[in-house]
Amino acid sequence: MSASDVTEHVELRTGEYADSVTLLQVSRQVQQLPGVVTAQVAMATPLNVEVLERMGFAVPDEATVNHLVVAIRLEGGGDGTNGAAAAKDRIEAVRAEVDRAIADSRRQVSGPTELAPPRTTGAALRREPGAFVLVSVPGVSAAVEAMDALESGSDVMVFSDNVPVEHEVALKRYAATRDLLVMGPDCGTAVVDGLGLGFANVVSPGPVGIVAASGTGCQQVLALLDHAGVGVTTAYGVGGRDLSAEVGGLATRTALARLDQDPRVELIVLISKPPADDVARELTAYTASLGTPVHLALLGSGRPDLTVATEEVLGALGRDVPAWPVRGETRAATGTRLQGLFVGGTMKQEAELLVAVAGALDRAELVDFGDDEYTTGRAHPMIDPSLRLERLAEIAADQTTGVVLMDVVLGHGAEDDPAASLAPAIERIAPAVVVTVVGTAHDPQGLDRQVDALAAAGAEVHLSNAAATRRALEILEAGR
Amino acid sequence: MSEQVVSVGVDLLAQAVADQAAPVVRVDWRPPLPGTEEDLTTVALDPLRPEANARALERMLAVQAVLVDVLPASEAVGLERGEFLHAGPPISWERASGPLRGALMGGAVLEGLVDTPEEAAALLEGGLHVRLEPCHHRRSVGPMAGVVTPSMWMFVLEDPATGARTYCTLNEGLGKVLRYGAYAPEVLTRLRWMGDVLGPLLQRAVRGNEPVDVTAILGQMLQMGDEAHNRNRAGTLMFLRDLAPAMVASIDGGMDGGGADPSDVAEALRFVGGNDHFFLNLAMPACKLALDAARDEPGSTMVVAMARNGTDFGIQVSGSGDEWFTGPAQVADGLYLGDYGPDDANPDIGDSAITETAGLGGFAMATAPAIVRFVGGSVPDALATTRRMQEITLGDNPRWSIPILEFAGVPTGIDVARVCRTGILPQINTGMAGREAGVGQVGAGLVNPPEEIFPKALTRLAALTRDREAR
Repeated sequence: MSASDVTEHVELRTGEYADSVTLLQVSRQVQQLPGVVTAQVAMATPLNVEVLERMGFAVPDEATVNHLVVAIRLEGGGDGTNGAAAAKDRIEAVRAEVDRAIADSRRQVSGPTELAPPRTTGAALRREPGAFVLVSVPGVSAAVEAMDALESGSDVMVFSDNVPVEHEVALKRYAATRDLLVMGPDCGTAVVDGLGLGFANVVSPGPVGIVAASGTGCQQVLALLDHAGVGVTTAYGVGGRDLSAEVGGLATRTALARLDQDPRVELIVLISKPPADDVARELTAYTASLGTPVHLALLGSGRPDLTVATEEVLGALGRDVPAWPVRGETRAATGTRLQGLFVGGTMKQEAELLVAVAGALDRAELVDFGDDEYTTGRAHPMIDPSLRLERLAEIAADQTTGVVLMDVVLGHGAEDDPAASLAPAIERIAPAVVVTVVGTAHDPQGLDRQVDALAAAGAEVHLSNAAATRRALEILEAGR
Repeated sequence: MSEQVVSVGVDLLAQAVADQAAPVVRVDWRPPLPGTEEDLTTVALDPLRPEANARALERMLAVQAVLVDVLPASEAVGLERGEFLHAGPPISWERASGPLRGALMGGAVLEGLVDTPEEAAALLEGGLHVRLEPCHHRRSVGPMAGVVTPSMWMFVLEDPATGARTYCTLNEGLGKVLRYGAYAPEVLTRLRWMGDVLGPLLQRAVRGNEPVDVTAILGQMLQMGDEAHNRNRAGTLMFLRDLAPAMVASIDGGMDGGGADPSDVAEALRFVGGNDHFFLNLAMPACKLALDAARDEPGSTMVVAMARNGTDFGIQVSGSGDEWFTGPAQVADGLYLGDYGPDDANPDIGDSAITETAGLGGFAMATAPAIVRFVGGSVPDALATTRRMQEITLGDNPRWSIPILEFAGVPTGIDVARVCRTGILPQINTGMAGREAGVGQVGAGLVNPPEEIFPKALTRLAALTRDREAR
């Protein structure tokens, strides 16, 4: 398409903001308008600017993260005076649609009462004292909202990422003096009294309590326990840095104490990377002082993977270990390399450990699309799959790719129907595909439906990420 | 599953909670004022702040303001010949606006420093033998131009628990008055009568009476449709009710026996009762007395003064001492008297925003539907304004409650951090002075502080926090 076949418009707006999920929906609505070749409405984070430039838009240099970018490309040029005026009208019409879409998204925000919605967490807690607080604002503002919660005496889950560790330490120190729990930052999953928060799976109540420094690690254990028929009463997230030397396990200790006091909890599982040495010593002493047994699932080199750890938990509870389900048959490896495209950080980390054990690191490339570098100003890949789908098409075109290993994470808050976009993409490509679907039977996306669709598209689908990784390595070896 | 959730941020996560049939309150979060993120976090995580703000608010709410005396400014605040107090943050004659210049000129004539306003302008411009100082620096407040000279009489308010005192002149009434920058002969004649007759009468009545509990009257007047900034009618009449017997009793003994002249008493009663704003000059020092108790709390982000001199709007904050954070005063948006229009109005002026700082005036707008049109609004606007101010304040004042809001206490203790977080600016009800010296009042309306002063104050508070942490 030559330049004169299209009309482009890029504007920066100040003083306007909407979260990345809302803007994703707005962009989609605008893209579907007649005459629109493509359109993007996004905060001008470096990543989004890069995406816009890849789409061929020229973003002004003065764009900062506080600007809202509206970029529109319409069919047909604006040649000649009449053409220019007509193109301007058409741009204006699309801009009006952008405004309407943003305004509509705001309308849903207002609560059920005639009162204007509260503007800060503190104001909300004046209306609902004692409520549990869920913070998912941009990381730079997360500590301020979280502090409102703690000051009002509320526990808080900080879903936001990109929160500096010194903010985390300050929040957790303050919380410790008031016996409150700070989950996170970057806490993706929690189940509090049966209520799923963030990307939690639907679980039945049961004898296990979980403290997890990793969201998807927690979800893997929830999914495996659910398949084994064991319920979970409470799963606290503490954030990936809680057991580091800097934070010192402040939230882990509070979470363990809470679960220890809960008579419904027979066994506590602590899911984390191996802690810093000093923290590990303190933690061991602390867990020994509790009345409830604590089973450590510390994912690291030379340690059991999460599936094995879950099997140990089942053993400790005197339950049988079921066969972990596998469905579908995939193709043979087409090349020599393993490409891992993950949305769950712990899924990627666990796969990496197993690839290392197999001595195959030099033949593998594993990427976590949930990492901070991919999520600044963008929705998490569990909500917005577009970056991973783009990458999937790229690696499939690469002759060296033999096997693709992926995870699909279900649960509250995650994409409505991940297989709807992933299955056709798998169908289109040649390499072998192994997928872990992390989910429980009652998750809103329908575990069976997702698994069936992916298997039908040519993927081998597992519930256990460790098993999936081992199979991917096997298929790769078989192809050599 | 009874857990109530407050969700701030991504709506999808709130929706996921709602989909589980759990109640969820969604916060309408927006980014803070540009560039404030880092300072907001520093201040939010300052370990001193929560307690410091709680203490500042508590100390403020504990203050009871009673009228204990009426004295000339020379005695009350030690004002000497050639010294002038004025409203707002410090300012020079060169930068002073029309109404402030007009009031200073009138004050110079009143004190006999010069014979005519024209000579006064020359005297003040020369700057020799004259000294300008903010009212706030002498524990005082002045409405509009706020000019105080040594011979003007002042109310003396005291908190019996601590003995702390604040001061304010006697209100002259509306229209052509000194505080709006008018200095015509009739203005000076009235001021002389206030100095010669009204002041001494009030002094005798106050001294011969139980102290008038101004804080309690404020509580009652809020229930009677006054917001204590632009409407003080009920307060004025309650004050008159409390003091009239003592004023009448001062006739006792006759003029020869040192008693008051009955016709003077009658005129004083008529003057006070006929001036709907008479009580403003008691409400203001009562607010200042309360807010002064909240000063100098390290780590506190609570605003303890908002004041304007007609050129600059300034705030002081508990955690940063006496430092003023200033920006350009704005022109009010409202209704004009007679033929006056926006071009005639001077930018915002007066210490009377001390009432908003204490939770009255614009903050209590919901309780004063009678004047919402006067300041250019509607009744729903008034309710929404008070509720909006709850977003930027630290708490409520249980002594000052608003019937129509289910007796909610007025929003109290403006928090610099919350203003920067929400971008919601304090709402002030105000009178408008004419731009030219000598004109007087031209209207009334609504005005906000300039936004920039709140990030300025926040930056200072954050720097103080970092200094403390570095030590």
